[in-house]
Amino acid sequence: MVALAYLVAAICFILSLGGLSAPSSARRGNTLGIVGMAIAIVATVYAATKLTDPVIGMDAIGFAAVAIVAGGAIGAMLASRVQMTSMPELVAVLHSFVGAAAVLVGIASYVAHPNEPLEAERVVHLVECFLGVIIGSLTFTGSIIAFGKLKELIKSKPLVFPFRHGANLALLLLTLGLLGCFVMTQQAWCLYAGTALFGVLGVLLVMGIGGADMPVVVSMLNSYSGWAASATGFLLGNDLLIIVGALVGSSGAILSYIMCKAMNRSFISVILGGFGSEVSGPDDRAEAFAAKGVNRAGPEDVAEMLQGAKSVIMVPGYGMAVAQAQHSVRELTELLQKKGVNVRFAIHPVAGRLPGHMNVLLAEANVPYPIVFEMDEINSDMGDTDVVLVLGANDIVNPDALENPKSPLAGMPVLEVWRAQTVVVIKRSLNPGFAGIDNPLYYKDNTMMLFGDARKMVEALVTQVKGGGHGH
Amino acid sequence: MEEFLKHLTVFVLACFVGYQVVWKVTPALHTPLMSVTNAISGIIVVGAMVSLGATWSAPATILGALAIFVASINIAGGFLVTQRMLSMFRKK
Repeated sequence: MVALAYLVAAICFILSLGGLSAPSSARRGNTLGIVGMAIAIVATVYAATKLTDPVIGMDAIGFAAVAIVAGGAIGAMLASRVQMTSMPELVAVLHSFVGAAAVLVGIASYVAHPNEPLEAERVVHLVECFLGVIIGSLTFTGSIIAFGKLKELIKSKPLVFPFRHGANLALLLLTLGLLGCFVMTQQAWCLYAGTALFGVLGVLLVMGIGGADMPVVVSMLNSYSGWAASATGFLLGNDLLIIVGALVGSSGAILSYIMCKAMNRSFISVILGGFGSEVSGPDDRAEAFAAKGVNRAGPEDVAEMLQGAKSVIMVPGYGMAVAQAQHSVRELTELLQKKGVNVRFAIHPVAGRLPGHMNVLLAEANVPYPIVFEMDEINSDMGDTDVVLVLGANDIVNPDALENPKSPLAGMPVLEVWRAQTVVVIKRSLNPGFAGIDNPLYYKDNTMMLFGDARKMVEALVTQVKGGGHGH
Repeated sequence: MEEFLKHLTVFVLACFVGYQVVWKVTPALHTPLMSVTNAISGIIVVGAMVSLGATWSAPATILGALAIFVASINIAGGFLVTQRMLSMFRKK
């Protein structure tokens, strides 16, 4: 009976991920996920009351009920209060909870049976227990550090120190030694020491990764949280946990792969960290750039250009979200659409700090999703576009990625905005982005710089377009 | 060992299913994908429930209840925030 309920729950979870293939089916998918979870919990409570080894007391079940209600209330509060710009932080915190739960469940299962005859089955059991706990521990501490970096409580610059890779490797080997010791002696201290060492490893790994790589780190921790759940499933012989862990683990792994590809970085190089710490020498074109200067524009010039355009593409970056400009952007979009301008949005996979972050921020500002396109869908249209408006984006529109093999960005796929008739870049100043990478886009003949705060500038454009009448 | 191989079979097949399903997810919904996987990871709550002990003060019960507590935050938080995000995606 319980096995059947678990099967139904597993199918619900698979369908809930499947629903995310399109916005129209996604909400139904989420509901299915909730149904699956409810079925699994009810079936488990039923099963728990029937357990004989050990018998679970009614007071323990009561305690668990209090824990569920309290946790649920806190979760609901977090979910209803979080701002969409802070989604990465929430996701990181939730990953840390999965890690913590895996540690707790693993240790609970060990303390219930600390010493048993060492048969083959027991060895497998001890290995599963140890692996579940240490992966959980790494997920927990790594996610806490990721949260701190996203929240800017910890410097986003990667922490690099000599013998960093050596130290990490030593931690890994020591922990493997402890695994051997744990299997042979069944001593609790081996398990706890392994947990502590992997916790330290989690801290060091994420501390070593720079702010620019945060989308990969969060995806990677997503994956680890899944593997931790799977390992716990093996430990308890629970197929539902194994299935869900595998789904989550592969989801996080695929997201990490997509993010790495979008930055032209290898997964290994991201994990090893240190990116964004090396200072690339002064750009030898700096003088030529300074001599050439940039084309400055005012809001009135840009407004006139936008209204005269047939097609406009907006390229938002995280700067747009920081300035909270997305609502004004939506207003500008609607005004232009009323004047017959074809307005579309182009999203780079690593725009924002989480995969798909920019799409959520635009959706929150009521930008309809059919005019929001992925990089691969829209890059070929750049050449036929009258005006591209770059809003708080930098590295993802840097032509060096394609044209300058010496650039740290070389080989990264970018939005080829410079192929449009005119590019307008809204930016506070000419300060380069991560790691002092200069952007030649700003010095191109068809680029105009609109200096100022993204939100104020877009509001100025809205006022101009409303009051204007320069349109055709 | 046989028991382990049975679970391993389930694990490997589930990885393949995950691989197939997740590649079909539209990039526009990658953030909701993360939050919904956060929510379903809360399934670890069922593991915590079966690890409870005989009395409320048994070490296993205390550890289990703590695990149930954090996993419940994930379940409620993950599903609700996903719902919130998905309701923002509009065609017009």
